Amino acid sequence: MTRDSAALGSAPAGSTHPARPLGGAPASLLRRIVLQGRYETITMLRNGEQLILAIVLPLLAMVGLTVTPLLDGFGASRINVAVPGILALCAMSTAFTGQGISTGFDRRYGVLRFLSTTPLGRTGLIAGKVLAVLAVLALQVLVVTAVALPLGWQPDPQGWAPGLGLLVLGAAAFTALGLLVAGTVRPEATLAITNLLWILLGALGGIVIPAERLPAALQAVVHFLPSGALGAGMREAFLAGSVNPASVLVLLLWTAIAGGAATRWFKWN
Amino acid sequence: MVRSPQSPVLSISGLVKDVGPLPTLDGKMLRVVSGLSLVAERGQVTALLGANGAGKTTTIECAQGLQKRTHGSISLLGEDPDTAGAGLRSRIGVMLQDGGLPPSARPIPLLRHIAGMYKDPWPVGELIERLGIDAFSRTSVRRLSGGQKQRLALAAALVGNPEVLFLDEPSAGLDPQSRHLVFGLISELRNRGMGIILTTHLMDDAQRLADYVYIIDAGRNVAEGTVAQLLEHPLPPGAGEQHIRTLLFEADPGLDFTGVLPDGVDVTEARAGSYAATGALTPADLAAITAWWAARGIMPRSLSLEARSLEDVFLDISGREIR
Repeated sequence: MTRDSAALGSAPAGSTHPARPLGGAPASLLRRIVLQGRYETITMLRNGEQLILAIVLPLLAMVGLTVTPLLDGFGASRINVAVPGILALCAMSTAFTGQGISTGFDRRYGVLRFLSTTPLGRTGLIAGKVLAVLAVLALQVLVVTAVALPLGWQPDPQGWAPGLGLLVLGAAAFTALGLLVAGTVRPEATLAITNLLWILLGALGGIVIPAERLPAALQAVVHFLPSGALGAGMREAFLAGSVNPASVLVLLLWTAIAGGAATRWFKWN
Repeated sequence: MVRSPQSPVLSISGLVKDVGPLPTLDGKMLRVVSGLSLVAERGQVTALLGANGAGKTTTIECAQGLQKRTHGSISLLGEDPDTAGAGLRSRIGVMLQDGGLPPSARPIPLLRHIAGMYKDPWPVGELIERLGIDAFSRTSVRRLSGGQKQRLALAAALVGNPEVLFLDEPSAGLDPQSRHLVFGLISELRNRGMGIILTTHLMDDAQRLADYVYIIDAGRNVAEGTVAQLLEHPLPPGAGEQHIRTLLFEADPGLDFTGVLPDGVDVTEARAGSYAATGALTPADLAAITAWWAARGIMPRSLSLEARSLEDVFLDISGREIR
């Protein structure tokens, strides 16, 4: 700091730029949410473990289901039965396991608290997370479709609208469940719980393997699980082009209950 | 310094915060803050000084809207932080004790992202230059040193060009260079009219930075004033009303000063030959002790006179026992 720069006047000591007036205004709500959604999407896509969970494992499961006779006897080709369940699995990967783990660690490191003091706020933060889940899910749908079509997938053209709608509803239910876990237990526990449930629900939850193929004791339960409801609903949409009202109802209930519980019990710090 | 009565940036009155129920207290609630009040002005650094666990962080987190208060009232820029929206949040900047930055993020994209939340942010390039962030701009948050992390967290708190800045233990982990940089910037922002509220358990921070200090103990404010006013805080009973000072000197070990200095001036020999005379020393006391040395041909090897430190005041007020 020299005498000369102090003599320049309006610039405060040590500053190389003229002082701006203090006090700001927030960017628009939409811009804040879109920015947060974009930031979280990029963070998710840059995370190797998340990519394995979101893309690689569902694709491997799809190939596995088309080369084994697990899905034979449903009156449709293996790939046609498999792909709707794989899309449902993608929603569970991203919305529940991926988003749950990242939220759990963000909570640990105080990221949620810091961002909630910025104009983004808690509501904007949650909206941004939902947006990121939807963005990654859209990418997953594109990748799975791009791989499945050459393998002979022939979705019912009437199935896209109800199928994608149901996928968004399933993502909502799994996001609410992921936030509930992430907001109430330690991040290490979130990691364990969401990964374990991904495997259990993926194998036995009626998501890729229809309930009819599961042990009789499980069948009654599976229809009421978010995984079973989403898997069955997706298959009905893409195989028959129709909406399964029971699936919609079950997923709506899970979204409402888990969303309410997360709102009530989510601990920000 | 006079506290102006009009439009403080933050005003807290009768704040009470209970947490729990805690299993360690048989399921009872713990009162972390019990009836705390304070006022912070524009263009001033207001320090909350207290030991760990005194309730400083809880108090400012209630002011930031991060924790809901149990009782009391808080006005931040004229709004209640519990119900305020993005408008209020865009006028405050927060640096949390644990940083609150995602470990995988890199400094510049992170700052640009946060800047996007504001209509007219502080240009990120300027902040990066001002806080020396270019030196580690390609390193992820998890690999930054304590001082680098604190500088980045300060940049993140300032990027909205706030009117009120909250700093929770800002000098934690700062190396001397970062400390110089950060303290310089804080003073500059204060001079530009920012209202700065910081918590610290370091007397030195408060003494160097604060225009007004609240000493917090067990969830209450127990003393307040400018640093100068606090240094004049009444001494413990028997010590009189004068400034307490310490005369430090080194001489031959084992000297007996009984009767040389009046009651209330305490002479201790911390190490052999290293003495400290503490109390309400007067010029006559100094004359007495130097005369006593002269009479015995003692020349101290070193000699210094220190004013009472904020630390002494703090310990007088909040007690010296470890809690």
